[in-house]
Amino acid sequence: MNKIDLLGRKLDLRHGCVDLSHGSGGRAMTRLIADIFHAAFDNDWLRAGNDQSAFDVSAGRMVMTTDSYVVSPLFFPGGDIGLLAVNGTINDIAMAGARPLYMSASFIIEEGFPFVDLQRIARSMGAASRAANTPIITGDTKVVERGKADGVFISTACVGAAPKDVELSADRARPGDVILLSGSIGDHGVAVMSKRENLSFETDILSDTAALQDLVAAMMAAGHASIRAMRDPTRGGLAATLNEIAYQSRVGARIDEAALPIKPQVAAACELLGLDPLNVANEGKLVAIVSPEATEGVLNAMRAHPLGADAARIGEIIDDDHCFVQMTTAFGGLRIVDWLSGEQLPRIC
Amino acid sequence: MKHLDEYRDGALARGVARRIAKEAQDRRVYSFMEFCGGHTHAISRYGIEDLLPPNIRLIHGPGCPVCVLPSGRIDEAIELGKRDNVTLCVYGDLMRVPGSNGASLARAKANGADVRMVYSTLDAVKIAENDPRRQIVFFAIGFETTTPPTAMAIRLAQRKKLENFSIFCNHVLTPPAMRKILETSDSQALPLDGFIGPAHVSTIIGTAPYRAFAREFQKPVVVAGFEPLDVLQAILMLILQVNGGHAEVENEYIRAVTEDGNRIALAEIADIFELRESFEWRGLGEIPASGLRLREGYWEFDAERRFPVDKRFARDNPACECGAILRGVKHPRDCKLFGGACTPETPMGACMVSSEGSCAAYWSYGRFRAFERKAAE
Ligand code: SF4
Repeated sequence: MNKIDLLGRKLDLRHGCVDLSHGSGGRAMTRLIADIFHAAFDNDWLRAGNDQSAFDVSAGRMVMTTDSYVVSPLFFPGGDIGLLAVNGTINDIAMAGARPLYMSASFIIEEGFPFVDLQRIARSMGAASRAANTPIITGDTKVVERGKADGVFISTACVGAAPKDVELSADRARPGDVILLSGSIGDHGVAVMSKRENLSFETDILSDTAALQDLVAAMMAAGHASIRAMRDPTRGGLAATLNEIAYQSRVGARIDEAALPIKPQVAAACELLGLDPLNVANEGKLVAIVSPEATEGVLNAMRAHPLGADAARIGEIIDDDHCFVQMTTAFGGLRIVDWLSGEQLPRIC
Repeated sequence: MKHLDEYRDGALARGVARRIAKEAQDRRVYSFMEFCGGHTHAISRYGIEDLLPPNIRLIHGPGCPVCVLPSGRIDEAIELGKRDNVTLCVYGDLMRVPGSNGASLARAKANGADVRMVYSTLDAVKIAENDPRRQIVFFAIGFETTTPPTAMAIRLAQRKKLENFSIFCNHVLTPPAMRKILETSDSQALPLDGFIGPAHVSTIIGTAPYRAFAREFQKPVVVAGFEPLDVLQAILMLILQVNGGHAEVENEYIRAVTEDGNRIALAEIADIFELRESFEWRGLGEIPASGLRLREGYWEFDAERRFPVDKRFARDNPACECGAILRGVKHPRDCKLFGGACTPETPMGACMVSSEGSCAAYWSYGRFRAFERKAAE
């Protein structure tokens, strides 16, 4: 007797949807996992069907991270929640200068969620994890009543490895260090907002969601001893990331507005909505703090990689007890670049 | 965006800045008030003060609709929102404005009041249409710029015969506030040499309404756009007027503002709204003929008539200097709470909530100057 018989009828992937039985631990759940998740993620670990997966570790440092994804809408120009989850988790590992190795993924699914959508999300996760050489080797599924979740929430974890002497950390920035940015800012946030209810507007901007481990590997090869810290400016945008680094390192930063890569469509959308592109989320960019003598080499390595083609030197770390991030405006003045307070809200007038 | 880039061009700015430096006479101080929060925001965001000689002072005015709303009105709105069948629709800026005793619409919402954030008046009309069993109240607020969209919503509700839509009207007028500042300003506490006049407001009302008090008080007014180059250019025009002993109304924002304004919008406003005898402004107190309410023919859309709430007189936090800041006599850094108890995360006064408020703008973009000043002293 083969496996399909054991699990009963195949899912009606075209018309069906998730119901509470798919989270109950019974046959329906195993069916859902087999037809959607295993089919999409497809690897030997999952095929073994255990509640955990085992793998060998190499010498050096292990790096670990965890993350959750609750984006709305689930599908947006240039990606979906699944792609975001895989790329975002991989990037958290990569920002330590490490190679991502293995991932886990847990799903909290709202009753009534269509199989087609779930399959679409799982397939883009499978494709992204294969492209990044980081298989999803274990996971979990829960189903909650209608109204208790917003479609689907995804939780991930990832482990990676780095050579013994690599020690990137956001508290290592020193006055005189140079700030590098891998490409244009604000693309992801604008792409997602363009599809929000109440707010929808026409734009051809796509989310920049991307896994950055290869770009990072190229940068590390060019000068890993002189890279002090890396961080991907996701929620809160470039402004939040620079403030975090300044705060953790007890330094200030000064950036140059004219050097910031911003696409004209993103600038236009932000203008329309009264948002500051510096506060808008990115999902495929990184900020690197580099000691001055290595700047050229690292910048060239970034520009040689497709995900760093628009990389730019945007400013430097300065001495400042107040940990202010300042910006020389294109207009010629000076201003603070602050963390965002509360939600970004469009202005009244 | 090409169009906007021209108004943010650094090279052009340096050109105007050089002219300003040349025209400004060393032996005197020039104090100009930018009335609008939009200007305050632009000045901080682009660091315009860095391009000016030190003897030019910019004073932030009361042109931030959220900031001048007295806290009693927030309390009244919370009262409305707490009613069982009422859904209160508000612009996002209003959610965190403090009412009395730490109350805010955001807190009322967390405690179960049906308060919803909308992006436009039409969203509120749509909600009313989709949910005929609930009473939808739109929190109407703002200067002349936001009055036409409120008028439009009322027209639409009227056409659709919506019986469950009304507005809580807090629309106010700009010229009476500018006049009040001039009438009460004591030239010792607040030397004022001229106004950078409103941008968006003037697209509706035109430049003519400023003429009377420019003449009466001998103060020049230059209506200017919200782009940084507009502001610089307006400052230059004001300096030239002051140097020449003029007090005229000039228009820097000719690409959008005419002398008479938008007649269609004005006629629509005049049809639907009438002047209140008086309206309270935070910082400025009661100002006669400065607020709007619905005319008798539109009373069915007036939330204050439909759901009578008692008038509240809430006291602001006594240490909050919003009032003095809105009058232009104090600066955010003069407030003891600034940056300590009061930040955008925990606002103690309205000026710290709206991005157009002086305290919020100074906190978000310019607070390093406070430390520079201290270091210099
Ligand atoms: S800093 Fe806060 S408390 Fe002080 S005046 Fe401004 S808003 Fe009021």
